Amino acid sequence: MQDSDRLIRWLIVLGAVCLALFPLAGSTFYLQLLTKIMIMAIFAMSLDLIVGYTGLVSLGQSAYFGFAAYMLALASPKGAAASLWLTLPGALAATAALSLAIGLLVLRTAGIYFIMVTLAFAQMLYYLFHDTGLGGGSDGIYIHVRPSLALGDFNPVNLADHTHFYYLVFALMLGAYLLLRAVIASPFGRVLVAIRENPVRVRSLGFQVFNYKLGAFVLAGTLAGLAGYLSACQFGFVNPEILSWHYSGIVLMMLLLGGMGRLYGAVIGAFAFILVQELFSLEALFGDFARRWQLSMGVFIVLVVLLLPRGLSDLVERLGRGAAKRAAG
Amino acid sequence: MDYLIQILNGVQYGLLLFLLASGLTLIFGIMGVINLAHGSFYMVGAYLALWLTRLTGSLWLALPLGVLAAVALGALLEWALIRRLYARDHLYQVLLTFGLILVFEELRSLLFGNDVHGVPIPPALNFSIPLTETLSYPVYRLFISGVCLALAAAMYLVIRKTRLGMMVRAGNSNREMAQVLGVDIPLVFTFVFALGVALAAFAGMIAAPVSSVFPGMGNQILIICFVVVVIGGIGSITGAMVAALLIGIADTLGKVLLPQFSGMAVYLLMAVVLIWRPRGLFQAT
Repeated sequence: MQDSDRLIRWLIVLGAVCLALFPLAGSTFYLQLLTKIMIMAIFAMSLDLIVGYTGLVSLGQSAYFGFAAYMLALASPKGAAASLWLTLPGALAATAALSLAIGLLVLRTAGIYFIMVTLAFAQMLYYLFHDTGLGGGSDGIYIHVRPSLALGDFNPVNLADHTHFYYLVFALMLGAYLLLRAVIASPFGRVLVAIRENPVRVRSLGFQVFNYKLGAFVLAGTLAGLAGYLSACQFGFVNPEILSWHYSGIVLMMLLLGGMGRLYGAVIGAFAFILVQELFSLEALFGDFARRWQLSMGVFIVLVVLLLPRGLSDLVERLGRGAAKRAAG
Repeated sequence: MDYLIQILNGVQYGLLLFLLASGLTLIFGIMGVINLAHGSFYMVGAYLALWLTRLTGSLWLALPLGVLAAVALGALLEWALIRRLYARDHLYQVLLTFGLILVFEELRSLLFGNDVHGVPIPPALNFSIPLTETLSYPVYRLFISGVCLALAAAMYLVIRKTRLGMMVRAGNSNREMAQVLGVDIPLVFTFVFALGVALAAFAGMIAAPVSSVFPGMGNQILIICFVVVVIGGIGSITGAMVAALLIGIADTLGKVLLPQFSGMAVYLLMAVVLIWRPRGLFQAT
């Protein structure tokens, strides 16, 4: 067990080093692809906290992702850069408030009800932005200039530069990973895992299960908001589709593909899912079916659910354990 | 008089929602399976109506053929895929059926393209009843309401009065106990799933002439059906009926009174119901 844990730790460090060095070698296309993947990794990690660790299957995580993205879009002045120092905390605070309000309602339910109610609230937000003129309706709005990190005249990081933006996202992904790891290792995180295993028992031990769930729900929502903010920065465009439940389904799929309850599983899942998606849309490999990548993706999802229910990281761990056993024997 | 028409439309929409939601709530309640692909079956029904009407030249022939096809599709999916998920967490059911949505959407695009199609209203029903001197109401919409009501009554009788219905209810209240007492639960599950698929597809087929047939039509209605099931209480047919009518009328009137917020109205209604009753209006346990 310990050997495989050590192996995983080395693999994580190796992966982080590779990502840190990538801009030295990679082309702009792959730099942008990796930036997108790392943003999705933050999104998937946020979901892991509630689905993987607390055992609450939410199908509405895109609400917080999309809401923060809209907050940036609405706060950005036309043709000029918004300050990241103002808009990021503002967007995150608004998203935290939203997830607190929704959490207070949805956490009264459990099981299938919880899945459907989270979904319905996300859908409510979708219609809010789709049907009213609030955020450009169904056409969405553009963010013409990326937010700026300037403090007075001091401006070391220029987000319009692909490499600079890449490193910002990379740093925030590492930050989110370390934060969530610390949370999960804390007494608070231990209670969350206990709630996943047996909520009745946790309650009988005197813990306020609802408050713990709510704490996890709000933290997860806020981190999803961070991912949404970064995504809006990257693409310079938001429309109601980022609030749709398809998006929630996709991020849930990333989590399952990578392996739940591990954090790095969420990161692996984001990489694997988007790379598979890119692969299926390669015309060189799939010819005419490249345009039909959704078909391949759907079949792929069904097969993963049936054949690989514990995700890729479980596969890696089992291989690592096998190798360690062989080395010992 | 304007309002009468809106309310008739709302009732008709609500009854259609009931057909969809009753299948969904049975599959949830009896099999414990959350089925995101339910909206896809509605879409499959509408496209079956389109294709079979073109083939046979009549909706009256298309309807029975389509129902047979839907039952076969439902039984096949249950046997090949859904069956493997009974013992698993809801998460896997969500994801597998999500994968199915992508497959169905793309197959639809492959076979029928991405255009909006229309299915003609059968000539025998293609006229309107005058309500006042200036307003009239299309008979086909009344026909939809009538058929939905008849099916609801039939479903009620089958579930309450027949041996089959007894087995379904037994499976609903205690799966293990029913199995121990000799009920063939796997067969009951296949039946329930195929029935749910057939109801959804049938709803799609009869709705096709009024709603037209278009890409993504299943996703739109799926979430509304979820709301109906949540408000009604999972597993309750009565709840599904009450909630479906409530949502149908609220949505239709919302579109007239507050067009910008009508999309949100049904979700607000759901939030209010859940604050009051977290397990829906008609949840027995």
